Amino acid sequence: MFKNISLIAGRDLRSYFYTPIAYIVIAMFLILIGWMFSQLLSFYAQQVSQYAALSFGEKPKLVDSVIRPLFGNVNVILLFVAPFITMRLLAEEKKDHTIELLKTAPVRPIEIVLGKFLAGFILLLIMIAITFVYPAILYFISRPDWGVVLACYIGIACVSAVYISVGLFWSSRTENQIVAAVLTFGTLLFFWLIGWASHRAGPVWSDVLNHLSIIGHYSNFAQGLLDTTDFVFYFSFVGFALFLTNLSVRGE
Amino acid sequence: MIEVSNLVKKYNERTAVSGVSFSVKKGEILGFLGPNGAGKSTTMKILSAFIEASAGTVTVNGFNVASEPRKVKASIGYLPENPPVYTGMEVESYLRFAARIHGVEKTNVKKSVEAAMEKCGISDVRNRLIGNLSKGYRQRVGLAQAIAHNPPVLILDEPTVGLDPRQIIEIRNLIQSLGGEHTVILSTHILPEVQATCSRVVVIDKGKVVAEDTLDGIAARMQSNARLTITTAKDPKNLLPEIQKLDGVVSTSVGKTATEGEFVVYVECQKGSDIRSMISEKIVHANLSLLGLFQEKLSLEDAFVRLITVDENLDFKREDTQHV
Repeated sequence: MFKNISLIAGRDLRSYFYTPIAYIVIAMFLILIGWMFSQLLSFYAQQVSQYAALSFGEKPKLVDSVIRPLFGNVNVILLFVAPFITMRLLAEEKKDHTIELLKTAPVRPIEIVLGKFLAGFILLLIMIAITFVYPAILYFISRPDWGVVLACYIGIACVSAVYISVGLFWSSRTENQIVAAVLTFGTLLFFWLIGWASHRAGPVWSDVLNHLSIIGHYSNFAQGLLDTTDFVFYFSFVGFALFLTNLSVRGE
Repeated sequence: MIEVSNLVKKYNERTAVSGVSFSVKKGEILGFLGPNGAGKSTTMKILSAFIEASAGTVTVNGFNVASEPRKVKASIGYLPENPPVYTGMEVESYLRFAARIHGVEKTNVKKSVEAAMEKCGISDVRNRLIGNLSKGYRQRVGLAQAIAHNPPVLILDEPTVGLDPRQIIEIRNLIQSLGGEHTVILSTHILPEVQATCSRVVVIDKGKVVAEDTLDGIAARMQSNARLTITTAKDPKNLLPEIQKLDGVVSTSVGKTATEGEFVVYVECQKGSDIRSMISEKIVHANLSLLGLFQEKLSLEDAFVRLITVDENLDFKREDTQHV
């Protein structure tokens, strides 16, 4: 079971680096995050110097001015990046007929699905791990709240798992990678913004819609809170998407 | 080793395979012969548990494909129509992956892959990207993938497509050498391929088995048949059922003629039954103006064409334009 999953995950993870896709995606991601970090930091420096000059109001906090907005931005950029990472996972296998190799080998469909999921998820985790240089830089300026940083990372990892699972599902439904990417982006954006509809919905529906929002559950992590409800939401979301993907892979 | 009985596969309304039954004995090389679109690939995909059958049972190596697909998959090496190769990988690392995913232990992988590359003659391209290889080499990498884990059963779908004549001979020799130790079923639409490699042949057309025999058996059976070509000045359509009823007639079909005002009918009859006089009498009696009556013996090539065009218009264009 684990041998097959790790074989497939390993091959797919390596295959990201056979093509320029992974390098380009990672480079773009880091450039954007780096630019945002420098902007946030210079704005924070401005706030601090204003506070020092006027001695008025509350002292600006690193957590509020840099860390939270930075990780919020990581989430948004990953929303754009994830569809490009997941689109090829199964669609390419179908187009190139290599899916026949996997499906005629003594491998369970769920092992294929989990292997593919892990490949995409690990690639995103690698990208996220590189962003640790920014909190590390902050360490030399001030004392960031490591608890919040850690909670943000856990939250981003959960959100990433959702991104990958939805992308993998759409990749299993088509052999056209562009179609898979567009459907993934649309679905993720929908579940990101679904909370908007809660303002006009009735009391029960408003709760339901808020509960379905990908980003609504992230806000607790951003506050440094680890709540079981949020974990249950992300796990069940990912589990359901992988369940559908498994049906799709089996059914062909 | 392989038992197929009453296999049916329907894609929505279209029936690709309808009631196919045959069996392959251990160590045998079976040719699965038929024109494009006959249902060869579909049958191969079901045998390899890639797709599910609509009805019927298939057992491979003693395991039922529907209820124990993983055991079936562990017993087979499968080369699909399009070699399932990752173009971004190098030949050797691809074969290592294929062997591992088929359950070869880590310690044996190197040896298995080495042997497979040796057999398929691709050792010298082991470090090349598969995407940069020619079609012939990709096909051989696909074949190496199928034999790398040394499976008891090999399912090869059109294994020599896209190869040059020298490579075709090499691959046929390789397949022949695999018989005995492995049970092989190979599909093809090329008759000489079957003659060169197989001990027995199943001929399939429009999703049905039309013949199952040894090569010699089919040749003997068909070569003994004779074909009559009848040319008339009036349309003999109404007479066909009557001709069909004559003793010794196997089949009748309407042919095409370039000359206007002439009609051609082919009648296939069994060995030793000379029905020329009876037919000419019937035609004259029906007032169809007999223009010609010609008898010929069938070759094996003709036999194959006849087998798959039984009771149909002898229209070769139809076979040529059909694709899977």
